[in-house]
Amino acid sequence: MRSVWALAAMAALSVLTASTATLAGEPKQGGILRMYHRDSPGNASIHEGATYSLNVPFMPVFNNLVIYKQDVAQNSMDSIVPELAESWAWVNDNKTLTFKLRQGVKWHDGKPFTSADVKCTFDMLMGKAQQKFRQNPRKSWYDQVVDISTNGDSEVSFNLKRPQPSLLALLASGYTPVYPCHVSPAEMRTHPIGTGPFKFVEFKANESIKLTRNPDYWRKGRPYLEGIELTIIPNRSTAILAFVAGKFDMTFPTEVTIPLVKDVKQQAPNAICEIAPTNVSTNIIVNSSSPPFDNVDIRRAMAMALDRKAFISIMFEGQGDIGGTMLPPPNGLWGMPKEMLETIPGYGPDVKANREEAKKLMQKAGYGPDKHLAVKVSTRNIPIYRDPAVILIDQLKNIYIDGELDVVETANWFPKVARKDYMIGLNLTGNAVDDPDQSFYENYSCGSERNYTNYCNKEIEKLFDVQSQETNVEKRRKLVWDIDKKLQEDVARPIIFHSRMGSCWQPYVKGITIMTNSSYNGYRYEDVWLDK
Amino acid sequence: MFAYLVRRLFLMLVTLFGISIVIFFLLRIVPGNIVDILFAAAGYVDPADKANLEKELGIDRPLIVQYWHWISGFLRGDLGYSYVSEKPALQEILPRIPITARLAGLALLFSASIGIPLGVISAVKQGTKLDYALRVVSLSGLSLPSFWLGLLILTASVAMFGQMPIFNPNPQTWLEAFATYAVPAAAVGFRSAALTMRITRSSMLEVLRQDYIRTARAKGASEAAVNYHHALKNAILPVITVIGIEAAFLIGGLIVTETVFNIPGVARFLVEAIRWRDYPIVQNLVMFIAVVVVFANFTVDMLYAVFDPRIRYTD
Repeated sequence: MRSVWALAAMAALSVLTASTATLAGEPKQGGILRMYHRDSPGNASIHEGATYSLNVPFMPVFNNLVIYKQDVAQNSMDSIVPELAESWAWVNDNKTLTFKLRQGVKWHDGKPFTSADVKCTFDMLMGKAQQKFRQNPRKSWYDQVVDISTNGDSEVSFNLKRPQPSLLALLASGYTPVYPCHVSPAEMRTHPIGTGPFKFVEFKANESIKLTRNPDYWRKGRPYLEGIELTIIPNRSTAILAFVAGKFDMTFPTEVTIPLVKDVKQQAPNAICEIAPTNVSTNIIVNSSSPPFDNVDIRRAMAMALDRKAFISIMFEGQGDIGGTMLPPPNGLWGMPKEMLETIPGYGPDVKANREEAKKLMQKAGYGPDKHLAVKVSTRNIPIYRDPAVILIDQLKNIYIDGELDVVETANWFPKVARKDYMIGLNLTGNAVDDPDQSFYENYSCGSERNYTNYCNKEIEKLFDVQSQETNVEKRRKLVWDIDKKLQEDVARPIIFHSRMGSCWQPYVKGITIMTNSSYNGYRYEDVWLDK
Repeated sequence: MFAYLVRRLFLMLVTLFGISIVIFFLLRIVPGNIVDILFAAAGYVDPADKANLEKELGIDRPLIVQYWHWISGFLRGDLGYSYVSEKPALQEILPRIPITARLAGLALLFSASIGIPLGVISAVKQGTKLDYALRVVSLSGLSLPSFWLGLLILTASVAMFGQMPIFNPNPQTWLEAFATYAVPAAAVGFRSAALTMRITRSSMLEVLRQDYIRTARAKGASEAAVNYHHALKNAILPVITVIGIEAAFLIGGLIVTETVFNIPGVARFLVEAIRWRDYPIVQNLVMFIAVVVVFANFTVDMLYAVFDPRIRYTD
């Protein structure tokens, strides 16, 4: 009899446990997600900025036509899902991309969303609209788009000069929200109106950004949160301490350095922290238009002198990635495999042997133990720029190059680079989308505004177009590897490393996915909820 | 006295005019402007877009025209628009002034209420263990940078109490409001209190050796009356001068304190505005600070006459 009671009790207990577990896993409505923001964005218009300081707070206000699935960590063509579009189709020999639009969607001011809004947005991005953005940093993304045509209120087509499969990837980025036609770019900078899960409430510069739940959101039952509040705390120590003290539910994403992640885990052991690649590469820009760096041997020697592992050990406690232009696998989709990478001069594991080769090249160029080359290594006066520049200077000493650090204030950095007033620069390049089109055309094509070094190789440029039109992913990947290898061999912009950063949140914050091949695309926050 | 006041006011206006010229032209000498920064952030430069933006913001016009546009607007109460937020500069600046004013006021109060009594005690108890202890406290106050002290307070608060005294924009109770300001005010006021204490001590030591103090004691006056009524009243003049100067210098200390405690006051806002080369904000804020400093000096001069009857401002 006793055993019967015991069995019954056990059964009751397991039923109770199971139901509690179900309840704990069930998303809950309500609550405000409190985060800190690392700095005060210049404005609230995603299209007019080129920093994820804008995407994190304002991506929840908008929707795209399509978006990378927010709970899949690795962005890829397979993880793209419809958002304001209900479906899409490639037609006309892959030269037209047509979207069927979702019906009944309203802007936050109550006006209906139609195909005209899509046309307006992309006409403005292409510089074809009467209204202009003050800045339009991603205009080149749409170089292959001839025009946008609409078919009634619920269909829109992108007509291309040639097939460009990656256009879909660009449209899925956090940088590609659809803007309303009836709101001017100036208003969008101060009071953005979107169709997204959260409505903009206020943005107090250097103070806070507040968003509230959109009760009319087209996706029923979303968002779970009542709102999102970001307190702007530029001082990293204060921000981390405030997170540890429980003032915030989450840190600013992919902003916590590896040593600080350790600190957080020590002081707040329950906090959940993830370290992920940011798809930001640290690289060297060389002014090859003036001596001595017009000599390719010196450029090659410099690239061969790099001990990439040392950079990663010092700056990221070993948690960084070595690669070419494209983020290396397994997180990156297009990066060269290790075996191929190591065949590129300077990437081989034997740093000593690489440097011996580099010394020979330097001696060929007329430098040696008795005649060192004095250079200025210019970089922005920000730790993530300055720190690797110091290590670079130290490493260049091994091949008769005496570097002197030239720190430049942010306001003067870009004008200095643009007027070629530097010898060597240490630079960071962020990729919003893990796709070769974005990276190759932006940074390496002849005449591109972001091709700081003015590297121009017409042969390679033809290959850019070939890979861009290739619809077979495996074939395209092989082409991309070859191009990337060639870019590294040409010392177009030697890549030192790809960084990784941490994000932390309190254990009751659910539904957060840190994307592993871009830090620009994962902030819609409509699936995030608080288990408290 | 009236003529003196008029002359002082006139000199103040001339000083402020001079400051306006210095601020305006110094800002323009610094390399880079808002347009450079915006394009640096975007990672590209389109010369046509750049020219349009410079025209839109009016920074392509001759400097003298820009100066006239600013100063005439300033005199009319039109401070222009922030280049960054695109909101009226006045709307950006005004809400921040009370925050910094409360913080500065509390810091000065902390400085005077701690520094003067401890300075007197240190002087009266010269050469005792208490004097040495107080001198160590004052020396540490002068040696510890306020940002370091602020971070120390924050770290200790989190480690010991699991709490963090950073700015609360919507305090629910009077006590919460006080706590929001009291801790950062103490962090920034500690250095100032230490300086006040040292000046009070040395000034008191000098006065306590005067004949009239001996006479007061001979007359049978109590120690408290001698120290606070006879001595302090005469020793206070240099202390007032220092507090006046400190009031002006406080803004420097507040920049780091507002940053560490994340207080959205004028000082931190000024630094951000300088970083962005947001001329309308920087010019108007620095002018505001200049006005405060000039008036603080004027008030100190007037207080001299109140505390020392021998000082009379005449023609």
